[in-house]
Amino acid sequence: MGTTASQLGKDVLSEYQELTFLTKQEILLAHKRFSELLSKEERDRPDTRVNIYFISNPFRQRICQVFSTSDRKDGSLTFEDFLDLLSAFSDSATLEIKSHYAFRIFDFDDDGTLDTGDLEKLVNCLTGETDETRLTTDEMRQLINNILEESDIDKDGTVNLSEFQHVISRSPDFVSSFKIVL
Amino acid sequence: MPRDSLITSENDIDVGLDLAEDEDVLASEEGHERERHRGKRRDGDREKRKREKRRRKEAHRAEEGEDEVQTRPERRERGKRKRAKNDQEAKGREKDEAEEQELEKLKEAVDDRKKLIQGLRGKPFPMKKKLVTLRESQEFVEKYEGALGKGKGRKLYAYKVMMTKKWMKFQRDFENFKTACIPWEMKIKEIESHFGSSVASYFIFLRWMYGINMILFGLTFGLVMVPEALMGRPYGSMPRKTVPRGEEASAMDFAVLWDFGGYAQYSVLFYGFYNNQRAIGWLKFRMPLSYFLVGVGTVAYSYMVVIRTMARNANESGVGDDNSFNFSWKMFTSWDYLIGNPETADNKFASITTSFKEAILEEQESHKDDNIHLTRFLRVLANFLVLCCLAGSGYLIYFVVRRSQKFALDGLENHTWWERNEVNMVMSLLGMFCPMLFDVISALENYHPRVALQWQLGRIFALFLGNLYTFIIALMDEINLKREEEKIIKFNITMWEVSLYNGTVSENSTAPSITIHPADVPRGPCWETMVGQEFVRLIISDTMTTYITLLIGDFLRAVLVRFLNYCWCWDLEAGFPSYSEFDVSGNVLGLIFNQGMIWMGAFYAPCLPALNVLRLHVSMYLQCWAVMCCNVPQERVFKASGSNNFYMAMLLVILFLSTLPAIYTIVTIPPSFDCGPFSGKNRMFDVIHETLESDFPAWFSKVFSYASNPGLVLPFILLMVLAIYYLQSTSKSYREANVELKKKLQTQNEENKRKNKRAALKAQMDLEEARKTASQTAEQQKNNNASLQDQEADEEEDFSSSQRLNHGKNGHHPPPTAGDRQLPASRAPAPRTYHHGNHGAPGYLPGFSRQSEPRMCRVPSLQRH
Repeated sequence: MGTTASQLGKDVLSEYQELTFLTKQEILLAHKRFSELLSKEERDRPDTRVNIYFISNPFRQRICQVFSTSDRKDGSLTFEDFLDLLSAFSDSATLEIKSHYAFRIFDFDDDGTLDTGDLEKLVNCLTGETDETRLTTDEMRQLINNILEESDIDKDGTVNLSEFQHVISRSPDFVSSFKIVL
Repeated sequence: MPRDSLITSENDIDVGLDLAEDEDVLASEEGHERERHRGKRRDGDREKRKREKRRRKEAHRAEEGEDEVQTRPERRERGKRKRAKNDQEAKGREKDEAEEQELEKLKEAVDDRKKLIQGLRGKPFPMKKKLVTLRESQEFVEKYEGALGKGKGRKLYAYKVMMTKKWMKFQRDFENFKTACIPWEMKIKEIESHFGSSVASYFIFLRWMYGINMILFGLTFGLVMVPEALMGRPYGSMPRKTVPRGEEASAMDFAVLWDFGGYAQYSVLFYGFYNNQRAIGWLKFRMPLSYFLVGVGTVAYSYMVVIRTMARNANESGVGDDNSFNFSWKMFTSWDYLIGNPETADNKFASITTSFKEAILEEQESHKDDNIHLTRFLRVLANFLVLCCLAGSGYLIYFVVRRSQKFALDGLENHTWWERNEVNMVMSLLGMFCPMLFDVISALENYHPRVALQWQLGRIFALFLGNLYTFIIALMDEINLKREEEKIIKFNITMWEVSLYNGTVSENSTAPSITIHPADVPRGPCWETMVGQEFVRLIISDTMTTYITLLIGDFLRAVLVRFLNYCWCWDLEAGFPSYSEFDVSGNVLGLIFNQGMIWMGAFYAPCLPALNVLRLHVSMYLQCWAVMCCNVPQERVFKASGSNNFYMAMLLVILFLSTLPAIYTIVTIPPSFDCGPFSGKNRMFDVIHETLESDFPAWFSKVFSYASNPGLVLPFILLMVLAIYYLQSTSKSYREANVELKKKLQTQNEENKRKNKRAALKAQMDLEEARKTASQTAEQQKNNNASLQDQEADEEEDFSSSQRLNHGKNGHHPPPTAGDRQLPASRAPAPRTYHHGNHGAPGYLPGFSRQSEPRMCRVPSLQRH
């Protein structure tokens, strides 16, 4: 596949358009940006970390890990992984696919459910690293209890994918904020 | 057969894929849970693949069953060549029937594949897998599509397939083209990534506004200004198109042109220049009618666009109106992934933390007001102060406008620049400083920031509106003055003409039209042009103030803070002056009011949309630059969604309020007698009557006159009111039904929860019991071989539970075989420990992990409801 060539092939491009929610321009731009990150050895499989784009995103590592197909689990992205990522975060992606990936991003221990530990980590990600913004343990407990109260429909102490999607689908601004642009 | 080989090879690929994936799974030592997570997805895929295989097999059978089918094209060719005999044809017909059914199946398979291809992008697979599936399916479709259809139908089918392919490609290209055509996309995205979606929402709004103004500009420019300039009578041919003798000397001065006097006043830019000739040029273009219709059309178009956008926005945001997931939304959807600037991210962290804390506080309901009387008093005081401000600014504007009228009566030449531009400057300054004052006042009130923002917006809105309406009322006064003047002048002119005729009556009666230059003819004040000029001046001064405040308030401040910081006693960047924030609400309001002025004045000054397009274009670049180079992200980062419709609602209100005075003047005030396209008519809308009478057949005007008869209009209005009432009541009932359904859903949900809880409890009990008995039986087995019957029953139970442990929703219970008899003792606990170890949490109670087991079984039941 000529994915790492300096210019994308026409048929590959059209395939990518078929398979992602991206337009031609976006794919080309993505490719340009991606190849800017590569050094001379473009030929072999590029294992480049692309955390440049999410400089201040608290989930940057999770996002890379979720979309990475690398065997080494280091969150490195190939160009195709990168396209997958951009597609899921694009304007026109469906709520379903967005919520699926959001769930996997929030599922810190990769066990298929959001349990108390995941939620705690999530809150810590959202409130930032500094001590002044961090919640106290009491607040944290209260918050997580409230969240489970609302969204854990089957009361098993965790939020699973369908519960998560149910909650997300009602939210007015998930689709508009779950976006990344190049 | 090449096709057969293809199929087998495809199957091979499938199997290979499976193997590869299995290896992949084996290789990945991440953890048991992750594998399960993946496995779930893979199960679904496998099922799909199975289905595909089945389908392919069917297709395959279709091929094999009739050998003829595969060689059909060749056979047909042969048939063509040899002229096949009758019995052969009969046989062929029989075969055709069988063929048809199989073709039908094949067609289905192909269609399914196509659907798969279309839905592929919505599937959360990694790209590699998607690519493989896509290529496979495409190959399949291409291979078999050709075999579908037969005879004439075949060609048609092939044609159809080709056309759909072409159409798809065209659609995709068109989509690409469309996105390429959207202006400033990259700029806005860059801003979005730096400042979050709220700042970007302003620029998107600006771009939307630009689009609307482009269309308004196209209408006025193409249907009014250009025809008049090209086909109308040229400059200097008649009094209304000539600069009067007294002004000729200064008509080209920059100061005069800047005020849109002189040559600018007597040009297509303003109402007064247009002639009342019914049809102009060789096209017989109906100028007055076109002028009127464009005036009405711009307003109608704006209404349509705003309302349509509002409806679409309401549709989009209509889902999330209930508060049942308050915390979860805060948790799962509060991060704005567009933020790419560390500072914005810090602000966002802070705001999320506050929102969490606030929500917790609200939940605890420990929020108590320390001194409610003081707060109330302060709020009343604040509102009183704001009202004073509003009244004061209104009076100031009224005063200034009256004063400027006095200046205008004296003649503008002997006044200073300030006195000439007082009105506009005062309005702009008020618009600049009053919001700051409101901001200070609102500090008294101690509202929640969101509420405070709404109050602030409401107050600024009231201020702008008040100013605008004071301005209009003052203009009305001026219009009345001009009309008085006009009456006197009209009388004077008749006197003047009479005297002229008297003086030249001895000579030729056609003489006056030759001898008198149009610049010398006395003329009326033309209030319409005056109104247009006022609006144009207002827009210009408003634009200038906006740009200058931008340059001084943002750029100069940023430069000073940046460079003076090296030699200053405190930290300027972090301390007092700091960099400015981008004020989204203020800018949006400014934009909306600017647009309101355009709508109001566009009828009397056709150049207004053009000016506005220019203004918006420049401010797009200027503000993009300013926001990127000298603003810092807001402290209160709030999300844009939901505010869009708020902007739109304000725009609609402004649109209505600004069309009101325009329509009032059009309908009630008679046009000037010697300028503009409607001169000589009693009212402006008489142009419609005139057109109906002279350009349409007689029956049409008759029908129209019947239709405009009150006897018909009143019932029609009644009907419309009834229709509105009906629609409203139906929508109300729908809403009620919605609420009812929601309630039902909730009760069902609760029911489900209870049921699930019970099921979970039961499963847990069962499991517990099973384990107990299993251990018991194991012990029994170890110690003394107890009765076989009892043991078998226990075993079965235990085995099923361990099965569930491993396979989730696999409800299949294999019968216990003799070899399995030793299982419960040796293997049953094994999966459990495995499970624990991978959880990475040794502190978990054994009951806890087991409790989560039936979860997998319950997922589908959740989805079903």
